[in-house]
Amino acid sequence: MAIVAKSSKFGKYGRPTLAWIVGLLFFFPIFWMVLTSFKTDADAVKPEHLIWFTPTLENYLNMTENYDYWRFAKNSVITAVMATLFTLFVGIPAAYAMAFNPSRATKDVLMWMLSTKMLPAAAVLYPMTFLTKSVGLFDTKFLIVMVLSLINLPIVIWMLFTYFKEIPKDIIEAGKMDGVNTWGEIKEILIPLAWGGIASTALLCFIFCWNEAYWTVRLTTTDAATLSKLIEGNRAPEGLFFGRLSAVSAAAVGPIVVLGWFCQKQLVQGLTFGAVK
Amino acid sequence: MGRIVLKNVTKSFGNTQVIPPLDLTIEDGEFTVFVGPSGCGKSTLLRMIAGLEDLTSGYIEIDGDDATQVPPSERGLAMVFQSYALYPHMTVRKNIGFPLRMAKMDQSEIDKKVETAAKSLNLMDYLDRKPADLSGGQRQRVAIGRAIVREPAAFLFDEPLSNLDAALRVGMRLEIGELHERLQTTMIYVTHDQVEAMTMANKIVVLQAGVIEQVGSPLELYHKPRNKFVAGFIGSPKMNLIEGSEAAKHGAQTIGIRPEHIDVSTTDGMWEGKVGVAEHLGSDTFIHVHGVEGCDPMTVRAAGDMSVKNGETVFLTPQSQNIHKFDAEGLRIE
Repeated sequence: MAIVAKSSKFGKYGRPTLAWIVGLLFFFPIFWMVLTSFKTDADAVKPEHLIWFTPTLENYLNMTENYDYWRFAKNSVITAVMATLFTLFVGIPAAYAMAFNPSRATKDVLMWMLSTKMLPAAAVLYPMTFLTKSVGLFDTKFLIVMVLSLINLPIVIWMLFTYFKEIPKDIIEAGKMDGVNTWGEIKEILIPLAWGGIASTALLCFIFCWNEAYWTVRLTTTDAATLSKLIEGNRAPEGLFFGRLSAVSAAAVGPIVVLGWFCQKQLVQGLTFGAVK
Repeated sequence: MGRIVLKNVTKSFGNTQVIPPLDLTIEDGEFTVFVGPSGCGKSTLLRMIAGLEDLTSGYIEIDGDDATQVPPSERGLAMVFQSYALYPHMTVRKNIGFPLRMAKMDQSEIDKKVETAAKSLNLMDYLDRKPADLSGGQRQRVAIGRAIVREPAAFLFDEPLSNLDAALRVGMRLEIGELHERLQTTMIYVTHDQVEAMTMANKIVVLQAGVIEQVGSPLELYHKPRNKFVAGFIGSPKMNLIEGSEAAKHGAQTIGIRPEHIDVSTTDGMWEGKVGVAEHLGSDTFIHVHGVEGCDPMTVRAAGDMSVKNGETVFLTPQSQNIHKFDAEGLRIE
């Protein structure tokens, strides 16, 4: 009789159960936030209304009036989209150069880029604040776009680099022989071939930009303030208005959760850095 | 036109020199084959001609113009890769027309040229398919089509048949040969398969460790190998190289005799040995004989109907006019 591997009972039942528990654990805060957003501020703090309450849309309906939600949302969309586009604009040629014309320094350059992610942001907080204030960039969308681009560039270049590495060099060389210049190689060959990878990188970059809070909170006041700032800004004076706060928070994370839900497959692919084809 | 001249060309990767100074002239319209074992620098040399690899020193001339610093796209050469290197996101039609589109040619002109090329390569039925839906042979034909539409000064082939199965390879070999007859364009072809080299080339360049061992027509190389390496590399099965007292009798360090230049007998002959393995191909029988002094085993090509068994004693006699003699340096003695 042939010897075949047998799956253990744990593999069949235990693992999925564990995965569900972990999943629910992570999802619970979001669930609770959404639940609370349908309670009145008074109900939100009453233990007897923890689960059983009369749901209301009041918090959502008053969101614009209470918090000027759409202004912040607009800033979030503009800065995240612009930063993602700019990051790709710089990242695609950079990753292309390193993937197809590597030099002896390429590996070090990649490591150096990644090392900038290890720098604690707090270390440059004061220089950044003073500098941007003195050149008049503080609280401008331009500044936020630049900051979001720069903090995401290393990860974007890394991701694109791994995708581009999977494209056979011969195809790029065939392009060279067929009379294509560097820009043509990127436009005609690289982008169409790595389209999936570029899309998932862009998606991830957009999510990172949307969720970024450290810099968007500290380098803005009103004009360029994003949803992160809105949520953060409401902490102290309205600390007890949990219902309203939950609604605006849900509205802030909502778009990204929905986007992530629809693009799960691409995101997993993006996060595994092209390891799974 | 496609006359290519390499002068004092060298290539180093870091501290490793893969091509020591090398000179070579490829005449217009010639079918030149670079052949040699893996890692001998033949592909590197081709890529240097293509412009895909920089020269460490020396220069390359194409049709009398210095092309050393000219980018690959402007050299007027077309290349066919081992992996076909088709654009997977484009149909066959777009693949073949791609270089023309890059040259900003009229769409109607492109369509005409693509159809002409596709007709000559039997690709008409596949024009709207993507490369993934084609067989290996068809893909290679598309790659050739992409090269011919450009009417290049020279075609460069980098082991184009290595990924095909044996039967297809023979067919494609013939097609490339016919293409050369028809176009009369310079072709440079890299292969490690000496059968391909012998059957296709006007001129063979045998390389070893980046050094040209010999340049000549297939028959020149077969009949007058310049040294032991070429003698052993060209010809299938390989030439038998015999050292020791048998070689000394001919005033040489080593003598070489091809399997087809040895007469076999079961009764008498110059050398005696025992049959190891006999390979019956139908048209020929290759007998591997053990026990001949200075060369073990010795390969002999006998008639297809020769019947010998393992362990049987046979007698071998080399045809004296076909014995090649080499000195202590391995160079041919005339």
